[in-house]
Amino acid sequence: MSPIISIENLSKTYASGLSALKTVNLAIARGEIFALLGPNGAGKSTLINIVCGIVTPSTGTVTVDGHDIGSGYRGARKAIGLVPQELTTDAFESVWNTVSFTRGLFGLKKDPGHIERVLRDLSLWEKRDARLMTLSGGMKRRVLIAKALSHEPTVLFLDEPSAGVDVELRQDMWRMVRRLREQGVTVILTTHYIEEAEEMADRIGVIRKGEIILVEEKAELIRKLGRKQLTLQLQAPLAALPADLADRGLELSQGGQELVYTYDAKAERTGITGLLTDLGAAGIRFSDLRTSQSSLEDIFVDLVRERA
Amino acid sequence: MNWPAIRAIYRFEMSRFWRTAMQSILAPVISTSLYFVVFGAAIGSRMSTVDGVPYGLFIVPGLVMLALLTQSIANASFGIYFPRFAGTIYEILSAPISPVEVVLGYVGAAASKSILIGLIILATAALFVPLHIEHPVWMMAFLVLTAVTFSLFGFVIGLWADGFEKLQLVPLLVVTPLTFLGGSFYAIEMLPPFWRTVSLANPVVYLISGFRWAFFGTADVAIGISLAMTGLFLAVCLGLVAWIFRTGYRLKS
Repeated sequence: MSPIISIENLSKTYASGLSALKTVNLAIARGEIFALLGPNGAGKSTLINIVCGIVTPSTGTVTVDGHDIGSGYRGARKAIGLVPQELTTDAFESVWNTVSFTRGLFGLKKDPGHIERVLRDLSLWEKRDARLMTLSGGMKRRVLIAKALSHEPTVLFLDEPSAGVDVELRQDMWRMVRRLREQGVTVILTTHYIEEAEEMADRIGVIRKGEIILVEEKAELIRKLGRKQLTLQLQAPLAALPADLADRGLELSQGGQELVYTYDAKAERTGITGLLTDLGAAGIRFSDLRTSQSSLEDIFVDLVRERA
Repeated sequence: MNWPAIRAIYRFEMSRFWRTAMQSILAPVISTSLYFVVFGAAIGSRMSTVDGVPYGLFIVPGLVMLALLTQSIANASFGIYFPRFAGTIYEILSAPISPVEVVLGYVGAAASKSILIGLIILATAALFVPLHIEHPVWMMAFLVLTAVTFSLFGFVIGLWADGFEKLQLVPLLVVTPLTFLGGSFYAIEMLPPFWRTVSLANPVVYLISGFRWAFFGTADVAIGISLAMTGLFLAVCLGLVAWIFRTGYRLKS
């Protein structure tokens, strides 16, 4: 199936001379949840803003659902709902009016039934007549999401959705994103909370200094770049590794209290059985053992550091 | 044409007007009444007629024009500047709307508001002087043309301004002086010859003169020239707005 968003050779240099994006190529598949990870200032928002029509690209082309964002901007933008990073709302408008306003901007006829559903889904129904300035930050975030969903988009952009959001709203949001995915909506989110990407995304892209340095299925990424570690707690501390275990890739830590074995989880032979046998033969006894797998966060930190 | 979007912007802008109805309607009514008390009753009673028109009546078109220009600029500039300032402009930029539709929504609402205020001022004036309009259709035509032209101008100011100070700067330093010196309260021919010639460089002279002609059938400048000049300002403002949208000036980075 053709991608719903395809970005080719996209670059952006701002008038100030800042090169925010350098030749970005990216294809987003229909119906997937794509997380764009990157440190602050990496170009995440610039990329989103170009696709949504808020920033003009310097070079390159972007198509959304087959519509070029320049020549076919109406078709492209109709498909997109955008939840911006900043909590920007009109202070004096009511929740109902501001959400209906957005639907109007996108050229759709009034549909009070749809607006009601969206407001109820986001726990905003009780607040429908409240003026926006009376709402808390979390409620405003909900309103921005409601606005983005008011015109039934097929692609939803969430730019840093969980910045300044409490646990309850974050979980509501994750539930909502899954529900949208079931309806076939493509979701693209930017975040620097790795946990968020780990929880929700199907695929992950990492952007650094205006370049996409990696795009991978989440599971594959964790498997490929993730390492597993087996930690053995020793009964008696060791001063040094026995000579016949030296080539096993073992490390002593915690002042000789622990023995750490790093291995490749995807390899057919992890070497654990042999290691345990050898340890027994060497008379090294352990009181406990645990294994751990590097999280997306570890991978991300490694990736960004490696190329800095 | 994305009509729902134009309607949405128009309604949004008009609701701001009704929300502040006290301020937006009462203020011009009071200031017009004050002008009538000061210029019409106090000073006007000591003046003879201007071009055969009693002074109190003579200043009516000028007063309406004064309000029309300032209100058009204020409404339109604030209407587009505020979303830029608050950040809500993202919504307009990311919606499937063409520049023409954006302008129709914002400028249409700003012009509607100032036309409404112009008519309210006319009604207020009718309480003070026996109002007689020689060419009512032309009067409305000038009213609408001027409101649209200066709402467009206000829209340009709202796009250009990068602070509230700049927003006030042009109306304060350029438009108000030009309006006062454009013959709101006097006929150009009352001036010494030198200043009469200087006044002809003031675009507002043509607007007020044309408007006054619609009321009394006499004017400082030939009606054809007034109309042509008004059309020219409209064209200049349209050109400016078109240029802004084509280049993304101050709207998109």
